[in-house]
Amino acid sequence: MSRFRVAVHIVPRKGILDPQGKAVSDALHSLGFDGVTDTRIGRHIVLHIAAPDAKAADAQVREMCGKLLANPVTEDFEIATVEAA
Amino acid sequence: MKFGIVTFPGSNCDYDSYHAVADVLGLPAVYLWHKSTDLEGVDVVVLPGGFSYGDYLRAGAIARFSPIMKEVAAHARAGGPVLGICNGFQIACEAGLLPGALLRNEKLQFVSDRVYMRVENADTMFTSRCETGDVLRIPVAHGDGRFTADEETLDRLEGEGRVIFRYVNADGVPDATSNPNGAMRDIAGIISAEGNVLGLMPHPERAMEELVGSADGRRIFESLLARVSA
Repeated sequence: MSRFRVAVHIVPRKGILDPQGKAVSDALHSLGFDGVTDTRIGRHIVLHIAAPDAKAADAQVREMCGKLLANPVTEDFEIATVEAA
Repeated sequence: MKFGIVTFPGSNCDYDSYHAVADVLGLPAVYLWHKSTDLEGVDVVVLPGGFSYGDYLRAGAIARFSPIMKEVAAHARAGGPVLGICNGFQIACEAGLLPGALLRNEKLQFVSDRVYMRVENADTMFTSRCETGDVLRIPVAHGDGRFTADEETLDRLEGEGRVIFRYVNADGVPDATSNPNGAMRDIAGIISAEGNVLGLMPHPERAMEELVGSADGRRIFESLLARVSA
């Protein structure tokens, strides 16, 4: 078993109204960042886990996202990084 | 008819629910601790409002894994009535007892107010003492009440008569200010396909006596009573 640090991004799914993201987009526009076309605000979760290898760590975290960390009805997730820890 | 009210860490409407059932209606009621695996022979399970597990991760996401929830799911599968109020609605959605999800209110503010909700289907065990089109005045108190589901699910809910309550104004019509949280299609409450699980954001258990401003919530509890006594 090796130790891994896995970071996951979880954001509201495309098409789901994200009022926080919209408010931030509006604020960025008022600052002159006209190029911002969308902002999504979600969660960033960092897990430290023991797994045989990086692929297994990645697979475990995907399963965790499906079962608990993300709501499959409204959220998408992506594994940002899997690093040896 | 015996009611079981589940207490999760962070539940805060369990006492209101108990008061509604035991003191106002004079029916047997017990608290069911979330770590218990025994429903103690109750006929109706109430998942009360509050902030179970501090709403950590998402409202209702952790409560769903409490030991009692396995028993609640089995009770629901067997056709037993489950009433999910506010946080209880969120828990029921997270547990897959009801479709959809409750997201942060559109205006990003916690809403504590009295709203009007229209009965969309009186042919259910929760609304038999109402008429379709009746308008009930019921309190809301939530930060995450925006009912959300994909269009296909929403169409199915509407088509199957499972949208039970919709936010409206005092005249019974949805308008620009009647929806307190931005819920899709003004949905305040839905039932399961089998009709025995109701989830709603407004708090009928806080509208049981004229003394507190409305007794309209009694009609939901009395509907349940009528069904089980029949």
